[in-house]
Amino acid sequence: MTALLAIEGLAVSYGRISALRGVSLQVDSGEIVAIVGPNGAGKSTLLSCIAGLVRPAAGVIRFRGDAIAGQPLERTVRRGIALVPEGRHVFAGLTVLENLRLGATIRTDRARVASEIDAYMDLFPILADRRHAPAGTLSGGEQQMLVIARGLLSNPALLMLDEPSLGLAPRITDQVYDLIESVRARGVTVLLVEQNADRALRSADRTYVLNTGAVRLSGASGDLRGRPDFEAAYFGLDLVGGQA
Amino acid sequence: MNAAIQIAVDAMSLGGLYALTALGIGLIFSVMRLANFAHAELVTCAAYALFALSGQPLVMAFSGAIVVAVALAVVTERIAFRPLRRADPTTMMIASFTVSMLIQKLLVFTLGSRPKSLDPVPMLSQAVSIGPTQVSLLKLVTIAVCAVLLLALTLFLKRTSFGLQMRAAAENFTMAQLTGVRANAVIVVAFALSGGLAAVVALLFAAQSGFVQPRLGVPLMITAFVATVIGGMGSLPGAVIGGLLVGVVTTLLQAYLPPDLRPFREAFLFALVILALLVRPNGLFPARGLKERI
Ligand SMILES: Nc1ncnc2c1ncn2[C@@H]1O[C@H](COP(=O)(O)OP(=O)(O)OP(=O)(O)O)[C@@H](O)[C@H]1O
Ligand SMILES: [Mg+2]
Repeated sequence: MTALLAIEGLAVSYGRISALRGVSLQVDSGEIVAIVGPNGAGKSTLLSCIAGLVRPAAGVIRFRGDAIAGQPLERTVRRGIALVPEGRHVFAGLTVLENLRLGATIRTDRARVASEIDAYMDLFPILADRRHAPAGTLSGGEQQMLVIARGLLSNPALLMLDEPSLGLAPRITDQVYDLIESVRARGVTVLLVEQNADRALRSADRTYVLNTGAVRLSGASGDLRGRPDFEAAYFGLDLVGGQA
Repeated sequence: MNAAIQIAVDAMSLGGLYALTALGIGLIFSVMRLANFAHAELVTCAAYALFALSGQPLVMAFSGAIVVAVALAVVTERIAFRPLRRADPTTMMIASFTVSMLIQKLLVFTLGSRPKSLDPVPMLSQAVSIGPTQVSLLKLVTIAVCAVLLLALTLFLKRTSFGLQMRAAAENFTMAQLTGVRANAVIVVAFALSGGLAAVVALLFAAQSGFVQPRLGVPLMITAFVATVIGGMGSLPGAVIGGLLVGVVTTLLQAYLPPDLRPFREAFLFALVILALLVRPNGLFPARGLKERI
């Protein structure tokens, strides 16, 4: 397998706060890879850096072999990288349908886009019911469905999701993860960030545990789940001397 | 009845000009949070182009005015505002003020500060009767042109893919770029549109005033600025409605203030503006995501 995304020695700081320190990871084509870790671990920073929102202080990010760090933002999606960011980032004043259409800004196959939009509306019927409503009037969970669908409409090679299950009811969370697995089956590679480690481990092929800006543990999700040091790495207990 | 029709026509034609000017300013503000004072000089330079081309057929002269205003808008963006895109709004505002003063002084230096008379559309300087009332054909045409342009711009923003991209960029530039919206394209098109609007305003305004001088666009720009603030900075419908409102109020003040107070019309207008802002500090139609910049 070839690495779709390869990161080496990535360091990011916000002023004096160092958010990532020497992070290396690799995502191969067709994988679902999860990054788990507690609040402030640097998970969102990592995705922001890959998307071009944040400039790294050191390290390389290669996508299909090209170094991409620090490139113009609008290039990201054209390379095939879609970011579904943390929090609600719908265009609140635009309608649900307009938000979905924006997801397909870089595409020219209009007929296919239209049928894909219909398919997402079948999958999330609330989006169909509210298609002409301003997206800002959707509930938090509904907005989450909308931004995921919007991200997928760019037809990405790599879909990055920041806490896709945040604020969703368990049933909708399952639906979202079913969707993630089905887009992977279509050949899309997925890099997702979760605090809900159990849920992420169940769907991801491989998982990285990030804590205080560094990778503490990584491996096949199935192996990690049984490992005694998983919780220690996740909660950073090894860092405070393992008194648990 | 007679007076009512007169006042309505005056109010709508003045309001229309303010609305088009406010829209040109609002377009730029909404996509890049730049308060572009140099919009005044887009109008002024377009009017000078009309003066330079007077004697030519209207289509020629007007095309010349559009070319001048659009080129000036795009050039100022490229050399003055693009390097400052990430600067804070105050810095950009000062830059636009500087550009505005620079162009004004260049005009004074090269063409002199004396007003030059022009009459770009002589066939409009007649009156037509609406029932028993005589109204200026120019004002009726002004109203019609403003209505058509507002409609066209609305259709562009609402019905085309590029219009959608511009609205998305106005709301959240960063997220728009992440969906693939090209920052430069959106900004250049916004500047080109504001140049085009300025050329139309120049034609209608010069036809009314009958002369051009280096500060021609300044009072228009300032009033339109007030209109965008009343409407809600960054909101395009707000800019249009604010412009119309200011036109209507100005006309009403002119008509109904006691004659010895009329010279202070603007003072009354701005007092009303301050009152309106006390009640609604963010304007009548506050825009979304105002803090979000590039
Ligand atoms: N814009 C910023 N300015 C300053 N510090 C920041 C900024 N963004 C993040 N940080 C800091 O960087 C660190 C990592 O933040 P990040 O958002 O990447 O964490 P996270 O793992 O996504 O956390 P969460 O699970 O809470 O979303 C934190 O200490 C955070 O306070
Ligand atoms: Mg986060």
